[in-house]
Amino acid sequence: MINLKVNGKAVEVDVDPSTPILWVVRDSLGLTGTKFGCGAAQCGACMVHLDGEGIRSCISPVSRAIGKEIVTIEGLDPKLSQPLEQAWIQEDVPQCGYCQSGQIMAAAILIRDKADPTDSDIDDAMTGNICRCGTYQRIRTAIHVAAKLKK
Amino acid sequence: MNDNNSLSRRKFIQAGAAVGGGLLLSFYFPAFGKGIKNAGIPAPVNFAPNAFIRIGTDDIITVIVNHSEMGQGAYTSLPMLVADEMDADWSKIRFESAPVDPVYNHLGFGMQATGGSTSTYTEWERFRKAGATGKYMLIAAAAQTWNVDPSSCVAEKGFVIHKSSNRKLSFGQLVEKAATIAAPQDVKLKDPKDFKIIGTPVKRLDTPEKINGTGVFGLDINVPGLLTAVIARPPVFGGKIKSFNAGKAKSIKGVKEVIETSRGIAVVATGFWPAKLGRDALEIVWDDGELGSLDSKSQTSQYAALAGQPGAIAKNEGDTKAVKGKANINLEAVYDMPYLAHAPMEPLNCVADVKADSCEIWVGTQFQTLDLMAASRITGLKPEQIKLHTTLLGGGFGRRAVLDSHFVSEAVEVSKAVQAPVKVVWTREDDIRGGYYRPRAYHKLSAGLDAAGKPLYWQQNIVCQSFAVGTPLEGMMVQNGVDSTAVEGASNIPYHIPNLHVAWNMAPGGVPTLWWRSVGSSHTAFAVEGFVDELARAAGKDPYQYRRMLLEKHPRYLRVLDTVAEKAGWKNALAPGRGKGIAIHESFGSVVAHVAEVSITKNKTLKVHKVVCAIDCGQIVNPDTIKAQMEGCVVFGLTAALYGEITFEKGRVKQGNFHNYKMVRMNEMPVVEVHLLDSQETMGGVGEPGVPPVAPAVMNALFTLTGKRVRNLPLRPDDLKKKI
Repeated sequence: MINLKVNGKAVEVDVDPSTPILWVVRDSLGLTGTKFGCGAAQCGACMVHLDGEGIRSCISPVSRAIGKEIVTIEGLDPKLSQPLEQAWIQEDVPQCGYCQSGQIMAAAILIRDKADPTDSDIDDAMTGNICRCGTYQRIRTAIHVAAKLKK
Repeated sequence: MNDNNSLSRRKFIQAGAAVGGGLLLSFYFPAFGKGIKNAGIPAPVNFAPNAFIRIGTDDIITVIVNHSEMGQGAYTSLPMLVADEMDADWSKIRFESAPVDPVYNHLGFGMQATGGSTSTYTEWERFRKAGATGKYMLIAAAAQTWNVDPSSCVAEKGFVIHKSSNRKLSFGQLVEKAATIAAPQDVKLKDPKDFKIIGTPVKRLDTPEKINGTGVFGLDINVPGLLTAVIARPPVFGGKIKSFNAGKAKSIKGVKEVIETSRGIAVVATGFWPAKLGRDALEIVWDDGELGSLDSKSQTSQYAALAGQPGAIAKNEGDTKAVKGKANINLEAVYDMPYLAHAPMEPLNCVADVKADSCEIWVGTQFQTLDLMAASRITGLKPEQIKLHTTLLGGGFGRRAVLDSHFVSEAVEVSKAVQAPVKVVWTREDDIRGGYYRPRAYHKLSAGLDAAGKPLYWQQNIVCQSFAVGTPLEGMMVQNGVDSTAVEGASNIPYHIPNLHVAWNMAPGGVPTLWWRSVGSSHTAFAVEGFVDELARAAGKDPYQYRRMLLEKHPRYLRVLDTVAEKAGWKNALAPGRGKGIAIHESFGSVVAHVAEVSITKNKTLKVHKVVCAIDCGQIVNPDTIKAQMEGCVVFGLTAALYGEITFEKGRVKQGNFHNYKMVRMNEMPVVEVHLLDSQETMGGVGEPGVPPVAPAVMNALFTLTGKRVRNLPLRPDDLKKKI
């Protein structure tokens, strides 16, 4: 048994310690907001926060999370999720929507750390997240909007 | 999850009378007309004037949408059609995915399906009529209540109002009485000038669930006792299993069973991770079969040889051979475009729960009817014993519209074998290597110009596989030996060319191919718009003006072309080091033109700074959705132009994941500026037509910087070096 803290709650899971965090949150805990896109840290759909750091949960073994806190899209701090959601709705960002959990988790770290992210900051923070529908232009605008809303 | 299959557990009032005529107004019955079990119980909760609308006493109007939502906005644009004709309050509109039932068949395809950029224009009348019918019955109910003439009542923002007596009732308050009103035989639709919702940038209804983790895609389905399967499929298309050893796989904790299926060996486990570890631990000896020696380089020679054959004639006007000697300038070129994977962000998956007398399926699919029929064949169950729930699709682009239902069949087969609900999950590598690609396309072109620089003749010989020949679609898609999806965009070239010959040679099959966002136009537009640019340069003309000159008889094209040129400032000089290119193409009933502005970076990569787009798609339903689709099309087309290729070596696909099947990312995103034409043209689609002109606009722009013509995609480093 492995003891974890996920979205503020203590949980116990019966998995091999090498199991990626992605499959623990999705299959063991039923938190399906975090998505599987590539399994190779290439696309960012699986991004979660581990002690406040954005990580690719598809390649991070759950053993890495012992003694730390995992935050998924379902448990994102409202101080970050509210401005981001409002901005995403205002800009009508998602198309298929599959990558958007990961996009928001990446954007959350950016607006948490930078009050006024520049386009170049956005490129740096968001280039790890693929959107096959091509919503990048709207994500960029929405991040600028969210950063203002957060203030 | 929004799903309509729970309806049978609720109680309904059904509208009073059956309606004939073209409009589909069979009253809402659970799928396949099982009838209403609780018909005798008078517990009105909802009013369902037809299969597409349900109105609750709480004023909520649920629109049942029969087209899959894969990003194109069907779950918003189709409810808009209903809401406008009903004069509903948009804030009360909800959506649900339709169950599988003939009542929900695509009006053009004759089965439940989503594709071909058709969702909005094929439903333009049916969904509006559904809304207008509902409004008629609500007004009649109010008029009866007040004992007034229905013509003295109007509907406004979710209420029926009797103005002269200043009375009003909400739609929800009218639900019970409306259910006793006979549906009208026919209803009058609004004059477009009276539209209140159609034509406005309404926000998408599906955004909230897509940004907080609650939206349910196929991969997110969970049912009690669910197992997960990952399948080892042959590494070479058409390969077979010679022998295998599952010992190591079975020793992995969590692996339950290993099963040989018609498409490979399935490792069934308690979750994805053990299933994948199990799959990777299988020891399999494959018989590669005929394609074991397939190699992309030798395929080039094979296609080149085929391009020298006459082929089946797709278009023949004038006499190209007779005029060849009369041209002032002759040009020849070969354009070669690779196989492409759709690579939707959500890897393919399907959940199936096969029992002795039922089968339930949850899947993000574009082809509900075919998938359900496939499940019927595999299980031996009758179609009415099978329930298929359509989830959100994490991208489709054509990949989830398959004629053989393979990704559904796999789950049904495995569930049947293990007698438990099973989710089959494809890994990204399974997806990239799994076939059903945009066919490789090889175009051999020649043309001649007269003294004025105008084309005298144009000859185009296209070589590619067909995904229609040998399928039930052959009758519809193949005419006079020509697969229309192989030549569309070339055989209907709009430019004035007096002597035109377009032919097709079918390449050998084996590699599974499929429609890929914009289908044939995804390759024909690059060849046609690249070669026209070559003609313009050879004639010493501006590529925009040259196109104008050849489009004199096509006012619709001219308007789009002029709009894009004006908005992009075509006449204006660019900053040093920048180049611009133009392309225009019609597909799926819409005409789209792009102007791309590019430069070559210090690191010797191509940077696309900006794409200005103009589209004429006829009637506009949601302008913001159209803009979003054009933005997405630019990224999709650019990704193919810069990176997209599936290649073979010893029969095996070389690419496997996003490190070598690369995608355009945020840092490469050009500014996209979209201009919608106000148009009286017949309504067209918007999901695909923005893709075809992207690659030619970009490569035509690059030509102005290098003096070299890029004719093979994707772009190679050498293409960025200047012509010496």
